[in-house]
Amino acid sequence: MSINEANKNCLQRIQESTALWSDIRPAKEVIPGMSKRTVLHAGPPVAWENMCGPMRGSITGACIYEGWARTPEEVAELATSGELEFDSSHHRHAIGPMSGIITPSMEVNVVTNTVHNIETYSTLYMGIGKVLRHGAFDDEVLAKLRWMNENLAPLLKAALLRAGGIDLKSLVAQAVQMGDELHNRNKASNALLLTSLVQHLIAVGDKAAVIEAIDFIDKAGHFILNAVMAGAKGMLDAGSNVKDSTIVTALARNGYETGIRVSGLGDTWFTAPAPMIEGVYFPGFGPEDANPDMGDSAITETVGLGSFAMAGAPAVVEYIGGTAQFAMETTLRMYEITAGEHETFKLPPVNFRGTPLGIDIRKVVETGITPVINTGIACKRPGVGQIGAGLTAAPIECFTQALDAFANRNEP
Amino acid sequence: MKVDQSPLDKPIRVINIGLESFAEDLRNADIPVIQMDWRPPAGGDLKLIALLDRLAKEA
Repeated sequence: MSINEANKNCLQRIQESTALWSDIRPAKEVIPGMSKRTVLHAGPPVAWENMCGPMRGSITGACIYEGWARTPEEVAELATSGELEFDSSHHRHAIGPMSGIITPSMEVNVVTNTVHNIETYSTLYMGIGKVLRHGAFDDEVLAKLRWMNENLAPLLKAALLRAGGIDLKSLVAQAVQMGDELHNRNKASNALLLTSLVQHLIAVGDKAAVIEAIDFIDKAGHFILNAVMAGAKGMLDAGSNVKDSTIVTALARNGYETGIRVSGLGDTWFTAPAPMIEGVYFPGFGPEDANPDMGDSAITETVGLGSFAMAGAPAVVEYIGGTAQFAMETTLRMYEITAGEHETFKLPPVNFRGTPLGIDIRKVVETGITPVINTGIACKRPGVGQIGAGLTAAPIECFTQALDAFANRNEP
Repeated sequence: MKVDQSPLDKPIRVINIGLESFAEDLRNADIPVIQMDWRPPAGGDLKLIALLDRLAKEA
């Protein structure tokens, strides 16, 4: 099969995919290979000694939450003695923003690609500021995590089951035409989610609990992000392992390295040092406080959302910096490195053209244009949280390595 | 075209491909110019160009 035919096949599998958010279950019940001490993280595989401050902070919080340790020192002892099984969430059909830590007891969204029968998972979104995914692990964070898993999750689960699931693909398609890009701007999508759920929450829960849940989802601002990420992963997993395809099916960062996976190259990661983010800082913080790029949320860009859909979300520049013109130019530039255009996510400001879809490693290397990612900036010190937002780009070295491997893929 | 005529005798409009300093010189001379964002494939890296050429045969 020619490369172009393989890419067409890969894109077809992604385009026809669905994303039905149908359940919430404990990670240990649904995520493959979840052992008693499994700790999944964002990005390509990374050893404890190379993990950045926020990721170690998140792992500390998760281990304390699980009851495996009481202090950061005890967590470090567990990690260095081999007691914890670390793995990339991507290897287990799971995904998470920033540190993306998932441990066995955490409740996870279950999203199903019904066309290709793929189930994917992500934790519930905790909110903004001082949160676990940014490395915060004090009593307040752990109490919130406990409430989310023990109170919010069962209520949401019951509402989802009553609703017959939420069609995330349809919701995203609407939100993209309402000024969202589904990575750092989720005003419309979060509101649409609440609209979809509210009647079911009222039907299944008591008044006080429902009010608390609605208030939490609303104030979280990006509550839908984690579920959308799981949906995007399910779509891209469907496009994975297509022989001879040069389409990127994963683009993920762990705060130490950025990695990509390519459809025709199986499960191999092509990595390079994670870059710093250029952006806007919250008062009191600056570049000297920033952690390198981190998180699985670039799955949104990989599926044609995020920066790739910025032309339809110019208001996002108020958060990440830049101008409305820059937002348009970013999307237009991403068309130069993709093999296709989304058939469902259409952008009104570009005459309803589909978003750029299918990052092609050949085009990235030929043009030198690397995928732009808009993202939050974590403080490099664990426990502080998010300190800003901005833009970065995937390192070209990931793509040059992948191109070399692809060109030689049939060599013995 | 007659031998003693030159295309530069008439007002010209320029598309500049490559070094932007050339476009700057024209702008400074009030000559309308558009800068085209062009760069050699793969930044001119011969090894990468060779890989791209190999894959072009498989396209």
